[in-house]
Amino acid sequence: MSHHIVQADNLHYIYPDGTIGLDEISFKIHHGESVALVGSNGAGKSTLLLHLIGCLTPTKGDIRIGDYPLNKKNLKAVRRSTGMVFQDPDDQLFMPTVFDDVAFGLINFGVPESEIENQVMKALEIVGVPHLSKRSPHKLSGGEKRAVAIATVIATMPDILIMDEPSSNLDPASRRRLINLLKTFTHTKIIATHDLDMALEICERTIVLNKGGIIADGNTKELFHNEKLLLESGLEKPLTMQGLR
Amino acid sequence: MGNLQNNLFDIFYMDTLACSKTWIHSLDPRAKVLTTLLFVGIVVSFGKYEISILIPFMLYPVIMITWANLPIIYLIKKMVLLMPFAFFIGIFNPFIDRDIILKIDLTFISLLDIARFVDLTKFIEIMGLQNSTGVIEISGGWLSFFSIMIRFSLTVSAALILISTTGFDSVCLALQKFRVPSPFIVQLMFLYRYMFVLIDEASRMVRARSLRTFDADSKMRFSLFVPMIGQLLLRTLDRAQRIHLAMCCRGFDGHIQMVRKMSFGMKEILFIAGWSFVFVMFRLYNIPLNLGILLSKLY
Amino acid sequence: MHMADALISPAVGCTMWVVTASLIGYCSKKVKSEMYDEKVPLMGVLGAFIFAAQMINFTIPITGSSGHLGGGMILSILLGPHIAFLTMASVLTVQSLFFADGGLLALGCNIFNLGFFPCFIAYPLIYKNIVRKVHTQPYSHQNQQKKDKYILIGALIASIVGLQMGAFAVVLETLFSGISELPFGTFLLMMQPIHLAIGVVEGVTTAAVVIFIWKARPEILDSALSTSSLSNSKLNSNSKSLSIRNVVIGVALATILTGGVLSWFASSNPDGLEWAMFKTSGVEELKTQEGIHTSLSAIQEKIAFLPDYGFKSNELSESNKSSENPNLVDSDSNIVNAGTSVSGLVGGTLTLLFTVVIGVALKRRKSKITIS
Repeated sequence: MSHHIVQADNLHYIYPDGTIGLDEISFKIHHGESVALVGSNGAGKSTLLLHLIGCLTPTKGDIRIGDYPLNKKNLKAVRRSTGMVFQDPDDQLFMPTVFDDVAFGLINFGVPESEIENQVMKALEIVGVPHLSKRSPHKLSGGEKRAVAIATVIATMPDILIMDEPSSNLDPASRRRLINLLKTFTHTKIIATHDLDMALEICERTIVLNKGGIIADGNTKELFHNEKLLLESGLEKPLTMQGLR
Repeated sequence: MGNLQNNLFDIFYMDTLACSKTWIHSLDPRAKVLTTLLFVGIVVSFGKYEISILIPFMLYPVIMITWANLPIIYLIKKMVLLMPFAFFIGIFNPFIDRDIILKIDLTFISLLDIARFVDLTKFIEIMGLQNSTGVIEISGGWLSFFSIMIRFSLTVSAALILISTTGFDSVCLALQKFRVPSPFIVQLMFLYRYMFVLIDEASRMVRARSLRTFDADSKMRFSLFVPMIGQLLLRTLDRAQRIHLAMCCRGFDGHIQMVRKMSFGMKEILFIAGWSFVFVMFRLYNIPLNLGILLSKLY
Repeated sequence: MHMADALISPAVGCTMWVVTASLIGYCSKKVKSEMYDEKVPLMGVLGAFIFAAQMINFTIPITGSSGHLGGGMILSILLGPHIAFLTMASVLTVQSLFFADGGLLALGCNIFNLGFFPCFIAYPLIYKNIVRKVHTQPYSHQNQQKKDKYILIGALIASIVGLQMGAFAVVLETLFSGISELPFGTFLLMMQPIHLAIGVVEGVTTAAVVIFIWKARPEILDSALSTSSLSNSKLNSNSKSLSIRNVVIGVALATILTGGVLSWFASSNPDGLEWAMFKTSGVEELKTQEGIHTSLSAIQEKIAFLPDYGFKSNELSESNKSSENPNLVDSDSNIVNAGTSVSGLVGGTLTLLFTVVIGVALKRRKSKITIS
């Protein structure tokens, strides 16, 4: 468990209708690293994330998460060590109350009943919303929903956090809270996002995807200075860097 | 469209009501579900011409509403909105069932000095009842009509009180404890959770359409209706897939369990026993009638 | 149309509850046995979809009224009868609790009328049989029109039949309850044509949406059909049709049994509960109460409010009351004791006032407590 490595080896994925989803993707993410996954719409970010949690099986190539190669047999163990925050919190919060939602993963992973309440409240305190535990998800604001969605994932104490557009649809204050929260996490983080400013703040490393393939992989700051690369992959220099010319 | 969205606000509001903290709210949901079922069962068990004996049962909604601090005006409004249905079915009764089965001697009433306060003759005229020689004759149809209306308000208010003191998910949990099959319980919870999400989605689609039709009250054509519903359905199916993914990521394997503390203690037993006793008494003894007899004896 | 609590007798309500509960139990078991975990969110979200879809109305040409998507048939086509039935049941449960559509006692009737007929009769016996002919062929331009036609015809007939049966069930349930005075024939003439129109609208919309889905994403329908209905039934059509037949037979048996027992119970004892009370409390108590004015007048009042009206109640009071207390029947039951009914009126008004006073007093006390 000491090496929470995420490793992809020559991943290929072709959708049933023939479109190429992923094309020769290889990377290695080490323990504690924060990696931003950027690229235009349809570049393959979500497809890649779905592979990492074992929801799509690559047409060719291998994935290793931690100590296990990702396959049917290890699926449960892999899912235990990874936590995925989905783009739409409404998809992730499906239980009647916030408490039940956070407890859902814990119960499934066999946490003893006596500890569940404790751990649920701990997770909610980390994301700063312990007061919402009795509320129904449909009565939360967008920011609150996102916070709870993150709590549902970190409650099971995964080693690797995978997030799909965590800052989308948030007001500036909620976004700031989210960024500050993510900065405090020591998990290995893989964040797919269009919010390059956030990527700049949280992730020291960035992988740029274009048309299913990796076109750049390196230090975030350096990559974001390369305007030609950004333009090519349908991106724009982060606002915070535009003033620093 | 407006109608369903209003309904949605209604549900929202009732959800909020269910979150209040009176001792009724804190009772075990099972106690409230059982009491409600008993209440509804007993109320509908009366013969179709019964009116007076039903009246004491109003004590239950009245007391529950005050104990649980529910907004009575709101509940009454909601009930009145639902009235027309029972009204339209019941209103046929007076026209079909015209046999006189109840006669009220007005001279007797005048003895009671009630006439001083209520002008009964006018009342009789309005009601279209026959008035011959000071005796009101009421047909079976009218009796059963009023009986239907009273039953309707009693049963509807019981359901509304249950939901606004207990909350939908707690009702589901209670049902689960009563051994209702888990797929059905899970189904109810998911339906309730995503009702809000999907109605929101549907209303956004409808709004988008109406913004692009320049005729203010243009009608939705069938040729537009089908792709719209179809799109909504496709999106819904996609969502189901995403939810399933999210569930799998958190170790879902076909079982949904919930950890909720429910305690069925002395308070709950007293609550059920108390109300059951009251209901059975009301069922067995016609209290209004006996009260009336007692009163007339005094005169 | 939804049945309402107020129109239903406990015997009918309970019978339908038993029938519906056993159907829910059966479907739950069935659903659990076949790839359940994937369907958990699917069922729930599609139930919510039925709600949301009802927000979107279209205008029916010429008539000017509006139509929307019905529930049972499209769910059956998408998910198979068992899941569709559970989903319909959940939709109706939520409606009865929040919108008080129908009510709690009538819920059994409503689930049965709107769920059982489309899911277990119309879908497997009509829609499936009609569409089966074209289902195995892949969707292509050549057979597109033929396929559309089959789906339309299948959905149309199945929806109409399902709703006609449902409407007929409403009439029967109302008739057996005996609360509404509407004569059988009149009610039937009212209900069936209305539901014919509703059935046509539901059939057309269902077919159109199914065709839309089939064109946009054929794999959805294919997988839905293969897991729980069409192709499966082709492989082992014997066992499948047997299971449907079993459901129908089971339902019929349950209805007859519960209905029979309950109606026997109800007819021989018009007040079931009271009868049970007396039975348990024993004859002794009954005798001692006989002398007491209150109990006697309570029974007397019952006769006053339930005079010899029609042959049924006549028979009732003869056979039952006479055995319990012959004196009461001898007393002229047709002439209402004016004093008694006035007492009822006055007492009822007083009780009502009393109830309100209790409510107000409780409220007062409560607000005082919160103030202090």
